[in-house]
Amino acid sequence: MTVMIDTGNYIAAKAAVMARPAVVPAYPITPQTTLVEGIANYVKTGEFKGEYICVESEHSAMCACIGASAAGVRTFTGTSSHGLLLMHEMLHWAALARLPIVMCNINRVIGPGWNIWTDENDSISQRDTGWIQFYCSSNQEIFDTVIQSFKLAENKKVLLPVMINYNAFILSHTSMPVYIPEQKEIDDFLQKYKPQWKLDVNNPITFGNIILPVDYEKIRKDMQNSQENAKKLIPEIAKEWKKKFGRYHGDLIEEYKCDGADHILLAMGAIGAESKVSINNLRKEGLKIGLARVRTFRPFPNEEILKLGKQADLIVIDRNISIGSEGALFSEVKASLYGKSDTKVHGFIAGLGGKDVTYNDIETICRKVVEGKAKDCEWYGFEGGGK
Amino acid sequence: MSSKALVEICFHGRGGQGSVTAANLLVAAALKDGNKGVQAFPLFGAERRGAPIRAFARISDEEIHLRSEVYFPDIVIVLDESIIEIVDVLKGLKRDGKILINTTKEPEDFDFSNKYHVATVDATGVAIKHDILVGGIPVVNTPILGAVPKILDRVTLPSIQAVIKNKWKGEGGEINVKATQDAYESVDVNF
Repeated sequence: MTVMIDTGNYIAAKAAVMARPAVVPAYPITPQTTLVEGIANYVKTGEFKGEYICVESEHSAMCACIGASAAGVRTFTGTSSHGLLLMHEMLHWAALARLPIVMCNINRVIGPGWNIWTDENDSISQRDTGWIQFYCSSNQEIFDTVIQSFKLAENKKVLLPVMINYNAFILSHTSMPVYIPEQKEIDDFLQKYKPQWKLDVNNPITFGNIILPVDYEKIRKDMQNSQENAKKLIPEIAKEWKKKFGRYHGDLIEEYKCDGADHILLAMGAIGAESKVSINNLRKEGLKIGLARVRTFRPFPNEEILKLGKQADLIVIDRNISIGSEGALFSEVKASLYGKSDTKVHGFIAGLGGKDVTYNDIETICRKVVEGKAKDCEWYGFEGGGK
Repeated sequence: MSSKALVEICFHGRGGQGSVTAANLLVAAALKDGNKGVQAFPLFGAERRGAPIRAFARISDEEIHLRSEVYFPDIVIVLDESIIEIVDVLKGLKRDGKILINTTKEPEDFDFSNKYHVATVDATGVAIKHDILVGGIPVVNTPILGAVPKILDRVTLPSIQAVIKNKWKGEGGEINVKATQDAYESVDVNF
């Protein structure tokens, strides 16, 4: 085991290369650029022995991933924001074709107005594509999740692509120390990919042909079942990783000081890490408050959240908004509780456009709820006037 | 500063001067010196050569959960003295905070030296002496790092020199190491 101190993107590149994909098709976009630069550099050093394809767009990147994965090899890519949106059609295709592609998406704002900072609207708007979605809060979690995701995606009970999301700049361009296992240890954990089926010129079969409604419905049901299977496999894989390498970032959620809490804060990504500082401070003040950092948005941790909802009132911070409705996490948290718990849930929209969300902001949000001063749903720290 | 305490550092420089690299090298050295939690990051956004930029470093004995910007630094490091006229480099600096400036002046020459701990070092002079130039312009980010152990006991000069040698192998690394030594020995402080 070595310690590498580097940015989230270079750590993701390291993890991707150590997972030994055969093909990496990619197109650069800020702030993902250093991720593909990192992989390109491993081509130069000889550490990456697969095929690196510099494609002409993100749509092409995902098409090339689909082709490579369908040919039966491990495939990785990375993108961000508008790049992810350009892939949209092919994201659906990859999931419906049941291809275990692993992709990092660096959560970046969608324009216009043009903005390269972080929020989650890019990946949240890909919610219904069938991809598994992780949200990371540290560079170590990025490394560990990339490796674990291949194992998850390639499991025959899952066979769905995985999107690993992390915040633009806050993680992608911030250096942190990361423990890197030896290549042999990674190889032991993540066996060589053995596809269940593949495109093979010597055994020609067709995929994705026209099918009748009754069969198409089966495909959708099987995808749903596979996401349910992932709910069981994510904790199993995390447990195996912990046993081998001693590190653990949670299952579908990471609970932090939830014991005896009468209020529990839910957040994703970097805000989920910053919140730990707030929880420590608020606990010192005597507030019985804990944190549940949501790691997977798909599959959604309904059961875990229901359990927390039976214990405590919930506070949700969303760095995204479903315009015309509310924060996506807020909606789904409430849906998890519907008819089974009448706990109070308060939603806050914060940090859109990359606006900084500090531990101080999070403490203000939590205090407002605990003191009974919060509305059902509000924009925190909005500086534009009006409602 | 107690050994457990979190130290937050803000670098002020101009785009192209290597402030981000300085922050990265500093925290790599701090990690080597046994500080378990470290972070280095730029002010997020587009960087332009010559424009005032900021970079940040955090050093702690524990894993760092903070992901927000540094608003109240313990230490401010100014790579380009001319920035003081256009940027409020003291903004948020803690009352017992320290400011390290690349300058030929002495700490007392700065009017804020009666309020803050000021350290000065002629990093530009050191860079010129050792011929550390890129496109004819002195590179001050490595020399100024040599001055940091004089104002911060959480990081040592040998560790800074080790990470520099690791980043630039051979003669380039050696020259930079000598520059850090010179800078270390020529720091002037008002405290």
